[in-house]
Amino acid sequence: MKSRGLMFIFSFVVWCILTWVPDIQHLIAGAAVSMVVALVMGSMFLTRPHMLFNPIRIFYFVFWYVPVFAWELIKANFDVAYRVIHPEMPIRPGIVRLRTRLRSDTGLTFLANSITLTPGTLTVDINRDDGVLYIHWINVVGTDPETTYREIGSRFEPMLRKIFEEDAVEQ
Amino acid sequence: MIDTIGMIFIGLGLGFDVLGCLGLVRLPDVYNRLQAATKCVTLGTCGILFGTFLVSGGFTETGFKALIAIVFLVLASPVAAHAVSRGAHRAGIKLWDRSVVDSYAEDKEGEA
Repeated sequence: MKSRGLMFIFSFVVWCILTWVPDIQHLIAGAAVSMVVALVMGSMFLTRPHMLFNPIRIFYFVFWYVPVFAWELIKANFDVAYRVIHPEMPIRPGIVRLRTRLRSDTGLTFLANSITLTPGTLTVDINRDDGVLYIHWINVVGTDPETTYREIGSRFEPMLRKIFEEDAVEQ
Repeated sequence: MIDTIGMIFIGLGLGFDVLGCLGLVRLPDVYNRLQAATKCVTLGTCGILFGTFLVSGGFTETGFKALIAIVFLVLASPVAAHAVSRGAHRAGIKLWDRSVVDSYAEDKEGEA
């Protein structure tokens, strides 16, 4: 129920921004559409609503994850640009395993998406039960678990553990 | 002044988009091409949208839509890349013949 309410508010805000400047017609139509969306999709939106309003998690997310992510995204672009422009294309592609200790859906999703948008790596598949991510790496340095963790996982996993996992932050 | 900064952002974005497309042509197999397509095209298009946001005068009708588009793009493009690459691998598309390792295929053999 709480998840449905949040879904309604969220979709209504997005609708308002999309149809900016608001007037009465748009608001009524938006309320109707958000209601339908909330009824159909609401139960899938959040499984753990209490996590969303934890100030420590929000603080970590906005001031730690977002800047690091933006910086990595810019680095990734120069990395790919270099490999594309270089006449010999210095690539050694391959698919490697990355072990992760994240277990929550949100945490894994963010980890996979962050890995895709950071230098030279692309998430191909996730095995949630074993905690393994299969990653296409454009410049394979090594295939053993320690190397892959150090080169790929260590940038994001510790902070995502703090943000999304139940046991990581003292309540 | 703001217009100039916006134009610079649009120019940079276009540059990265061009590089992404170049990568799409030059790199050898579907997975490498996806790398170029997701990273460069995401940042390039975000740059163009942010430039649009600045040029259109900040928080106006167009500016808000550009910002929302940035958020959705950053959320959706890695998911799309993941879906395409996983689908390609499941459909049996081989990696480039000079690829080093394919742990995914090793792990999948028993399960099929």
